[in-house]
Amino acid sequence: MNRYTKRTFVLEMVMVAVGIVFAFPVYVLVNLAIRQPSDTSSPIRPTTSPTFDNFTGAWREAGLGGALINSVLVTTVSVFIVLAVSALAAYPLARSAARWSRGTFLLIMLGLILPFQLASLPLYQTIRDLGLLGSIWSLVLFYAGLQVPFTTFLYVGFLRALPRDFEDAASIDGASPFKTFRYVVLPMLKPITVTALVLNAVAVWNDFFTPLLYLSGSDQQTVPVAVAGFVGQFVSDWNLIFAALLISIVPVLAVYLALQRSIINGFAGGLKG
Amino acid sequence: MTADLKVRPPGRAVSAAPPLRRSRVAPPWWFVLPALLLFAFVVLVPSARGVYYAFTDWDGLDPDFAFIGLRNFIDILDDGDALQAVWHTLLIAVAVTVIQNGIGLLLALGVNSMIKTRNFLRVLLFAPAVITPIVTAYLWRNLLGPDGAVNSLLGTVGLNSWQQDWLGDPDLALWMVVLVVVWQFSGYSMVIFLAGLQSIPREIYEAAAIDGTAPVRRFWSIVRPLLAPAITINLMLSIIGGIKLFDQVYALTGGGPGHATDTISTLIYKDAFTLGDFGYSIALAVVLTVIVAVVSAGQFTVLNRNEKAAS
Repeated sequence: MNRYTKRTFVLEMVMVAVGIVFAFPVYVLVNLAIRQPSDTSSPIRPTTSPTFDNFTGAWREAGLGGALINSVLVTTVSVFIVLAVSALAAYPLARSAARWSRGTFLLIMLGLILPFQLASLPLYQTIRDLGLLGSIWSLVLFYAGLQVPFTTFLYVGFLRALPRDFEDAASIDGASPFKTFRYVVLPMLKPITVTALVLNAVAVWNDFFTPLLYLSGSDQQTVPVAVAGFVGQFVSDWNLIFAALLISIVPVLAVYLALQRSIINGFAGGLKG
Repeated sequence: MTADLKVRPPGRAVSAAPPLRRSRVAPPWWFVLPALLLFAFVVLVPSARGVYYAFTDWDGLDPDFAFIGLRNFIDILDDGDALQAVWHTLLIAVAVTVIQNGIGLLLALGVNSMIKTRNFLRVLLFAPAVITPIVTAYLWRNLLGPDGAVNSLLGTVGLNSWQQDWLGDPDLALWMVVLVVVWQFSGYSMVIFLAGLQSIPREIYEAAAIDGTAPVRRFWSIVRPLLAPAITINLMLSIIGGIKLFDQVYALTGGGPGHATDTISTLIYKDAFTLGDFGYSIALAVVLTVIVAVVSAGQFTVLNRNEKAAS
């Protein structure tokens, strides 16, 4: 059954056709982003005289430069925090069978069910009272807390399947609990950390609802909010809008293509814990 | 296929030596504190306050608000738009779950075969899942518009009579939301199914093939039971994601035409930030929470039972 038969060839053709159907929207995206506004021919016909003006225009008008910096900053800092605190918390939660440990774990797992819409309105008030509305640090704080349950869940599941022998050896040798965590446990967590990193980074980078609430009315924006604002402003200037959409996609796709194996494995692997 | 799509711990707890219980030093409890405090500040406390506010007439600003009991919830039951939104939410969640996983499974079977383009297709088909949902939704808003690429394509193949304003028709708009979500996340389902398929030992499958078992029968009796964990994860992810859906609706239709595509999440946003009715909006969030909790609990029980029965 490992031969390339006629049926395999038919399957290959069908799958390639499916691939073309899936890629079609992206073809139109690129095709219209490089088209001059005066060109009103069908959106599926290849653009004959391409231009880069839409990109320069979109970059200038949408404030995408500042938004990209904010998105990178928010994603890096909040994901770093959530990985650090979750891995640290997972260590006792996975290793201790005491009642407080099981209780705390269940409490944190409650966060997997609670939709963020429930917390986001009261939290909006707290953030406002703290004077953090319109600041990207409100987002860092939000994601650092919001992603704790899922990340802790990944770490605890992974850690429970790991032997304790190395930790025991380290503590017999006199290492402090923190040193044991830092130099023995953490390195063993590397595979699940890659998974958690990928899933959290994608979730934070792509989130739209939270920055829409917490940054509205300020001049700070993340990429999704900048794109939405831009669409609202240039309602039917689709060539310009498509250029903005494409600019916002390129960094994500570049990272994806560069790290495709880790990213796909991250999505598939973490969820199998 | 060279890539093993599973992340496994580097070693299993296999120790031949007698257990050294005496030497075990439990890690200190305060290691959980940073995570617990962040979680409590961002999720736990605001959620508890949210549940409380749902029984008040809070407007988001005024510190003087009154406890009004079940008033908000009774209002939801009287509010045709809210009930419609609940219905839309459930319809989207079920439709997305069925279609996305159906397509995802077929794609996984396709790229798990001997075809030469399998690696390329895997990367291509998964790509939409990493793109920002609000961006894909704006892209599709144009594609599905009156002068959009979908209508052009229909015109090119001679189906002019099918051309229409896909998002402007109240009966169709909801299905267009489903289409966009399915386009974006079928590759995600595929990747999880693929990991499940690759964990099935080839020998089992080949043995059945040699015994002359028909392909459909092979799939049903061998692949399906072993795929149970992947099915569980996929169903959970897509149904919960469907219930919470906001970005795609916001960008594609804004809940329109009229209220034809409003979901619970878009109503929560509108009631709080355009109408200033925070109490009512949070009551809707409580309804959403209850739906998510009931669905997760129900799904978990059913799938857990099936998974056990299958293994």
